[in-house]
Amino acid sequence: MGYTLAAMGTSASGGVRFQVASDQSLIVYFDSSAKKSGVKAPHLQNQITIKGHEQVRRLLRLVELEPIAGVRNLHPAYCSLLFKFDAMKLRHEELEEILRGYVKRMEKVALPEPRLVEIPVCYGGEYGPDLKDVAELHGLTTQQAIEVHASATYIVYFLGFVPGFAYLGEVAEELATPRLSTPRRSVPAGSVGIAGSQTGVYPIATPGGWRLLGRTPVKMFRPDRVEMSLLSIGDRVRFVAISREQFARLGNA
Amino acid sequence: MSLIEVRAPGPLTTVQDLGREGFGPMGVSASGASDPVALRIGNRLVGNPGGAAGLEMTLLGGTFFFREGTVVALTGADFAPTLDNVSVTSWTSVEIRAGQTLRLGATRTGARCYLCVRGGIDVKMFLGSASTHLLSGLGGFQGRALRAGDVLKVGTANGSFRTFRKRSVSARAVAQLTPRKVLRVTPGPQSAWFSQKVQEVFYAGTYRVTEESNRMGLRLQGAAIASTAGAEMISEGVSLGAVQVTAGGLPIILFVEQQTTGGYPKIANVISADLSSLGQLRPRDEIRFELVEMGAARALLMEQEKLLASKELILE
Repeated sequence: MGYTLAAMGTSASGGVRFQVASDQSLIVYFDSSAKKSGVKAPHLQNQITIKGHEQVRRLLRLVELEPIAGVRNLHPAYCSLLFKFDAMKLRHEELEEILRGYVKRMEKVALPEPRLVEIPVCYGGEYGPDLKDVAELHGLTTQQAIEVHASATYIVYFLGFVPGFAYLGEVAEELATPRLSTPRRSVPAGSVGIAGSQTGVYPIATPGGWRLLGRTPVKMFRPDRVEMSLLSIGDRVRFVAISREQFARLGNA
Repeated sequence: MSLIEVRAPGPLTTVQDLGREGFGPMGVSASGASDPVALRIGNRLVGNPGGAAGLEMTLLGGTFFFREGTVVALTGADFAPTLDNVSVTSWTSVEIRAGQTLRLGATRTGARCYLCVRGGIDVKMFLGSASTHLLSGLGGFQGRALRAGDVLKVGTANGSFRTFRKRSVSARAVAQLTPRKVLRVTPGPQSAWFSQKVQEVFYAGTYRVTEESNRMGLRLQGAAIASTAGAEMISEGVSLGAVQVTAGGLPIILFVEQQTTGGYPKIANVISADLSSLGQLRPRDEIRFELVEMGAARALLMEQEKLLASKELILE
């Protein structure tokens, strides 16, 4: 069957691109490369940009303030927002038209002031089994690698993957390292890792391929609290190096 | 209050309803029954709202002791159910007297069997849903699969269904809702990353469901399909039923406990009307993919919903 891209509902204008993802979902991309046609070069990678991130936040905020009937879920990411909807109530074309209206208005949406959240991390040793390798790869001492990771202020680009997992960026070039070629079967909860220029904390034990630099005793996802996730999209994060003793103390608190 | 004692849980039995939507911005995926059609019908057979919580059993069922009398229904795959060692029929309402034991065996058909109980399984709701999210240990019965010795509470029954009524599902409906091995799909958001030739391989190929499949995803084995544009991309939101292709070229179908975002290109997406079929796939099952137009996907969903809402579905 000849599906052309046009028939799949790819449409772009003003740096916003709509793409059918399934029969019950539509994805909105904010492209920094708006002038390049997404149709001619569909493999063109979107860029991670602060501007794209802010547009995602604005649209997310506006849809949360003014919910759209039939929309069932939202999956934000770096420069895109996936809308899952009830296909019995909405069609892609209808949702796209509604969202075009939202996009036009969203510049006026006030975003909450970003919070600065400090996350204590005990680096290296059993908590950060990849710290030594990562440091060596970049010709740094482990202490220097820790300083690079802990001296930056990171942006929470979005939460995804599993409950409470915040995608943080960007890790300085002198430390950025690709994922492990073979992911670990289980990464302990609280592990702080890097993958390329991303960094983040595993809220729960899951399989994972990020390089682990340390571990935090702080719980990232707390289902018993009103604010379940420690971090929200748009927050700023700093990692603070702590000793094993402090880790033990905070872990018991 | 009615109680059910879990004498034997089976390898993976969880409390499930139709899942929790709306928490994607926290990274929380919907979860819910793997075969929601079976759960919804089971609930109708016992007089519950379609989204009441029931038990989802996987490949091998459990043994349950009922302290009080109630009405149950077994739907989905046939797990050879017996009540005090007398076999009972699936897809019908079954009256249970106090002190009886319901025992389920190994599957004779698909992967999952649902036990629905009049009044529903009563667990603490988490984010508006009773469904268990196994990976994160949230929701359901203490966030985990059932164990021997667990005691389940049953909710209050709907007033109109206090007395037992024999109900069954029309043969036509059961036939129409039979799980499919040829999964219908629409193109994924990165289908253009895959060459025409690769797409032909994908749609002509037979894929085998591997043992590593679970509620998060079904990992497939078969002809490798490489993206021409790279194996990884910037993470974006992913849909239920998305067929993502990993670096090794093998497809994974994202399922009910899916990650909310991912960084692999998606070649296709299983249509909504066939998502329940995914829940009945067993390891070593062989499947194929069939591309359909978006309009057809929508029509098939409408047809399925119409059948599920129809009076003719349930015979009394």
